[in-house]
Amino acid sequence: MFDPVILFFVLGLCARLLKSDLRLPEALYETLSIFLLLAIGLKGGIELAKQPLITLAPQALAVIIMGFSLPFLAFPLLRAIKLSRVDAASIAAHYGSVSVVTFAVATSYLAKHAVAYETYMPLFVALLEAPGIVAGILLARLGAKTQVRWGELAHEVLLGKSVLLLVGGIVIGFIAGPEGIAPIKLLYIDAFKAVLALFLLEMGLVAGGRLADLKRAGLPLIIFGVVVPLLFSVIGAVLGKALALSVGGSALLATMAASASYIAAPTAMRIAVPEANPALSIGASLGVTFPFNITLGIPLYLMLAQHLY
Amino acid sequence: MEKRKLLLIIAEAALEKNLITDAKKFGAHGYVVSEVRGANQDGERDGEWEFSRSIEMKVICPNTVAQKLAEHILATYCQHYSVTMFIAEGEVLRPEKF
Repeated sequence: MFDPVILFFVLGLCARLLKSDLRLPEALYETLSIFLLLAIGLKGGIELAKQPLITLAPQALAVIIMGFSLPFLAFPLLRAIKLSRVDAASIAAHYGSVSVVTFAVATSYLAKHAVAYETYMPLFVALLEAPGIVAGILLARLGAKTQVRWGELAHEVLLGKSVLLLVGGIVIGFIAGPEGIAPIKLLYIDAFKAVLALFLLEMGLVAGGRLADLKRAGLPLIIFGVVVPLLFSVIGAVLGKALALSVGGSALLATMAASASYIAAPTAMRIAVPEANPALSIGASLGVTFPFNITLGIPLYLMLAQHLY
Repeated sequence: MEKRKLLLIIAEAALEKNLITDAKKFGAHGYVVSEVRGANQDGERDGEWEFSRSIEMKVICPNTVAQKLAEHILATYCQHYSVTMFIAEGEVLRPEKF
């Protein structure tokens, strides 16, 4: 049975495809995304307080290496479907980075099916934003003439809204602990799924608007947008098992490996690799991979993780 | 009343910080920025989410500043980013402010 959160996404998608004039106010979209990032970080931070941080260091390092490596796997596949070097590198960066919303939907799915997972996973989400982007930029820039504005880029990637709110939320949750968060739990923990549902309505509208981009992307890239997440999910799940994560934890790591960024990566690529065509990368990550992951992918990745254990 | 130029720049929202820095660097005393949406030959920028937002920046300045700034924007951004520029004539009552 479909999670109602997914049905909100489908509603937004249908509304856009059927040319309804539904628009969520921009300020609402901004507010919801700020809330979601903080809430995800907060929950993760509370859990982090229960762990000696040093035990997480090897896992964190492994996750960062995974994030950095994935673009190098995606890049040759993208070149094989006749994309230019810069476009291939840009798209590879998107698939090396992570979609926080996909992660949120995955945790919601696991909760619904009563699958336990390590609740400090948001730390890995925060860690996975940047490495893939850096790898993609290196792929694009090696041998190229124009200079990358690394300072501006570092500022954007490390202090951009997503990472700042995620890490900020983690730090607040860590310092405050469960007792400190109790007074605001009603909004940030209990209402999370309801807010996620509304946010996914907007995501459905936005994804539905990517149809023109998808046409430009062409069938090979659309196939890439489905096949590569499946491949990467296997890498994530196997790594999760190797790191002794729970079934739920491996399913989440698989999901994160399979997800593609459509906020942090496009913004970074616009600064670092402006020659890349954003229509292709956003068409693939938001038009194909995101809808695929939240409808079919996440259940598949959970089955994959369960199969591995 | 003295003549000044109005330089109007419509660009991707991602360029806002850079354009403001450039405007100041080339001698503009001020600017205004607003969010806009629209379309051109390259496609529609409907402003529905972070990545399809566009801004309109207006700078009122002497002719030399407008020319230099416009040429700099043309050389630096127009090749890879969505940018539209327009220079119009105007008159101001307090020329020392512009």
